[in-house]
Amino acid sequence: MKSRGLKAYAIGYLIFLYAPIALLPIFAFNDSRIIAFPLSGFTTNWFAEMWADRQLWQALKNSLVISGSTAVIATVLGVFGARASTRYAFPGKGGLVGLIMLPLVLPEMIVAMSLLVVLLAISVPLSIFTVILGHVLITTPFAVAILSSAFQSLDKSLEEAAYDLGEGPVSTFRLIILPLVAPGIISSLLICFTISLDEFIIAYFLAGADTVLSSYIYSQFRFPAKVPAMLALGTILVLVSVTLLSIAEFFRRRGIAKTGGKDTGGFL
Amino acid sequence: MAKSTSVLGRSEARAGLLMISPTALYAVLLLAAPLATVLLYSLATGGRGVVTWDFSLANYIEVWTGPVYRAIMLRSLLVALSVTVVTVLIAYPIAYFVSFHVAPSKKSLWLFLITIPFWTSYLIRVFLWKVILGYNGVINSGLMGIGIIDEPLTWINYNVGALVVTLAHAYAPFAILPIFVALEKIDRSLLEAGQDLGESKLRTFWRVTLPLSMGGVIAAVLIVFIPTIGDYVTPDLIGGGKLPMIANMMEVQMLKINNKPLGSAIAVSAMLIVALISLAFVLVNRRFLGAGK
Repeated sequence: MKSRGLKAYAIGYLIFLYAPIALLPIFAFNDSRIIAFPLSGFTTNWFAEMWADRQLWQALKNSLVISGSTAVIATVLGVFGARASTRYAFPGKGGLVGLIMLPLVLPEMIVAMSLLVVLLAISVPLSIFTVILGHVLITTPFAVAILSSAFQSLDKSLEEAAYDLGEGPVSTFRLIILPLVAPGIISSLLICFTISLDEFIIAYFLAGADTVLSSYIYSQFRFPAKVPAMLALGTILVLVSVTLLSIAEFFRRRGIAKTGGKDTGGFL
Repeated sequence: MAKSTSVLGRSEARAGLLMISPTALYAVLLLAAPLATVLLYSLATGGRGVVTWDFSLANYIEVWTGPVYRAIMLRSLLVALSVTVVTVLIAYPIAYFVSFHVAPSKKSLWLFLITIPFWTSYLIRVFLWKVILGYNGVINSGLMGIGIIDEPLTWINYNVGALVVTLAHAYAPFAILPIFVALEKIDRSLLEAGQDLGESKLRTFWRVTLPLSMGGVIAAVLIVFIPTIGDYVTPDLIGGGKLPMIANMMEVQMLKINNKPLGSAIAVSAMLIVALISLAFVLVNRRFLGAGK
């Protein structure tokens, strides 16, 4: 049947998707500085070399500060944006929401360069802080999208019941709405964190003299001798992102189950 | 909500505006204002860090007629359009398979499997393709090792084709998701009706399924096209710096040559190209569907 052919195609496609990533552990454990076949032997040296790299740890620390701050700020901004766009009607809504979501359809280089031009013009020194400014801008649309679906599946009568029982808007938000959208908030935090951690262009151009993980990896690719250690790092990063995503997916599903919605699958 | 008078409406509008204000203010200050600044800069002239405010279109004339800029812009367009076509064509059957042939309980798992590679470091994925396709790379060393070729293949590295393969891999999941969502929304009884009326499966697909999923296809096209035309890393790593695209040209003008007005004109031109092509796709889609949507 046609369906069997399609399934074979789908499996072939998954192999195409995963093949490059499968090379990461293969060459991260291969005992040669040259990334080519035939494999020459098993080693864990590259992991040891990576672990001993002081600059890498500093870059990782910077990245974690950036991603953590970005995730929190973008999610807070996302709560405001999503709540406003799902609950209220007001003039200029389309335009404002469109502006907030615009980074999704703007090449990142343009976001980075326009921010850079302004920051240089008003002589703000480039640092981790300016990277956070940029990352919040590009992750907020993701936070708004994730949280909007959380707010949308919220039953409005629960909120009205709270008002009828004498709660004010703030306590209703804290006692009723927040717990119900909590899974959405957690999944937004995790996804904004992951996007920020992986982002390169803004981190590369707006960090000034500070290095972050992605720009450090990029600079190391210029030295062939450093590549195996970077593949070791890549192996670890893949494991970390898969773990984080599995947790995000778990919370997303639990959130859907909690509000009684139907699972439509996927993050985006 | 029958007593929603104008007073209530006004207070709702105020509450809504207040609610959205932090997020909107952030976007105005850090997105709208910088974009306006770039637009303003593009009308000035300058070089080596000096900016003269003469409000001319000189930069645009240079960007659109200079042979170097034209070649780079055409290359960016060629790469982005090829990546888009390849990605969407190979993604459609996957989205179709997951939507029509996978049991509902297993759909999330398939989507999860498809999206995972997208969440692993973009830089490392691009670099891996350099390693795979390079002159002394995995394919060449592997094929030479088992004796299929004697000399490294050169047609697989440092060319536009290598850029296209790398980017098509990087943006694959982006194309699948919107098509999948569009296919999921199709009322299955329409397909049965088509077949009950004597259409073959292929014709049902051609006349019902494909047109109904066209919205998702257009979304996929835009989601792939927009970031690929602005890609910076792939031309640098895979092209070895010899195949610059718009983003690389922007970097050179903005930072290395320090001609911000010209760099800004390139940025605005890139946005214009993206906007025009996106609009064209959306209009073609309207035409294709008639007045239906």
